[in-house]
Amino acid sequence: MIKSSLLSSIIRTLSGIGHRVTSRIWRLGASARLFYLTIIYSGESFRRFHLTLREIYATGVMSLLIMIVSAFFVGMVLALQGYNILQKYGSSDAIGVFVSLTLVRELGPVITALLFAGRAGTAITAEIGLMKTTEQLSAMEMMAVNPIARVIAPRFWAGVISMPILASLFSMVGILGGYLVAVPLIGVDDGAFWSQMQANVDVRLDIVNGLIKSVVFGVVCTMIALFQGFDAPPTAEGVSRATTRTVVISSLAVLGIDFVLTAFMLAV
Amino acid sequence: MERTTIDLWVGIFVALGVAALLGLAMKVGNLTSSKIGETYSVIAAYENIGSLKRHAPVKSAGVVVGRVADIRFDSTRYEAVVMLDIDKHYSFPTDTFANIYTSGLLGEQYVGLEAGGDEVVLKNGDKIAKTQDAVVLEKMISQFLFSKASEVETKPVSAENSSAAEAANATNSPSTELGAAPF
Repeated sequence: MIKSSLLSSIIRTLSGIGHRVTSRIWRLGASARLFYLTIIYSGESFRRFHLTLREIYATGVMSLLIMIVSAFFVGMVLALQGYNILQKYGSSDAIGVFVSLTLVRELGPVITALLFAGRAGTAITAEIGLMKTTEQLSAMEMMAVNPIARVIAPRFWAGVISMPILASLFSMVGILGGYLVAVPLIGVDDGAFWSQMQANVDVRLDIVNGLIKSVVFGVVCTMIALFQGFDAPPTAEGVSRATTRTVVISSLAVLGIDFVLTAFMLAV
Repeated sequence: MERTTIDLWVGIFVALGVAALLGLAMKVGNLTSSKIGETYSVIAAYENIGSLKRHAPVKSAGVVVGRVADIRFDSTRYEAVVMLDIDKHYSFPTDTFANIYTSGLLGEQYVGLEAGGDEVVLKNGDKIAKTQDAVVLEKMISQFLFSKASEVETKPVSAENSSAAEAANATNSPSTELGAAPF
């Protein structure tokens, strides 16, 4: 009796694990399939480019304010913290290098991606989830309109186009914020700030690598948001859960991929 | 929202992005300063280049006149062969010294050119004969230690044949082991 109940509980645990693993793999496969279909059907989002433009407006332009404000503060904080450390070693002139390298290499792409996931990714998930709940996607299919070509692909390309633009804006505004704190406020020499920066920031190794990162993050964040919306259970609770998952998975994915990309870029 | 308004905003957005990227490349990066225009390349061989890297500056009297284009290892002569790209505007005599210096105490390494007095100037593909290796800190420290050790060694030690004295000598004398050095 005890033996059989123990056995059945073991079987239940194992099948629970199995169910979780298979459902994870199923979702991974489904998202890969959605990604493939998005690429296949993305011709229309360039032929009818106003569809993509509308989404660039929704994801990119509407994210400008939060990006610029947070970039400004991040740059100012970096300058304050950097000065505090660097002046201990008598090299406070290197503050320009510190701020610019940190922003261009890491913080620009990463914080942009995290903010993007919070500001634009959630909007995408909620919108598509609600479209699915109200059966707009099914209605499109009934009218022989491919919802992936009409709804998913323009949003995907809008995210991929917006992210590098936002990231480079973030870096630039952050450096301006750092400049404002370092030069007028702290009193670091103006010439040393820019010249040390120019001597140590490489266009290929730092700026282009940062751009590559932001493009990858754009693909990842947008695709996660789209899949979560597309895959959300058609209920109010399902959409809300999908929106939360978008932020969580996007943030984790961005940080993890950032490590991998950085390891590759520094190794080369 | 009307389509033209959206177009305008997206246009502003993209223009801002391009401006930021150009600003990063020009104002922050070294796209303008690293461009040296027309160059000619010369070769210099070193026994040890320390941590000299590609794209390191080549300076003369503190002014950047070129970049290190390439670093290779010559497996027949066991030397490091360094290719230097020097700006066409500057010409140097053939007996110029090409030394490897360090900027600051722990800074990056660069090639310093010290002009000689020859009439003939270096041309593309020439080899600089007079070079000086990078200063390797470990070598300097070990040289210092050995010179210190030999100073102590020269002091006369009596009763060398006694094994007890030898043992005492081994424990007391600071000269025999590097571990007892003043570091």
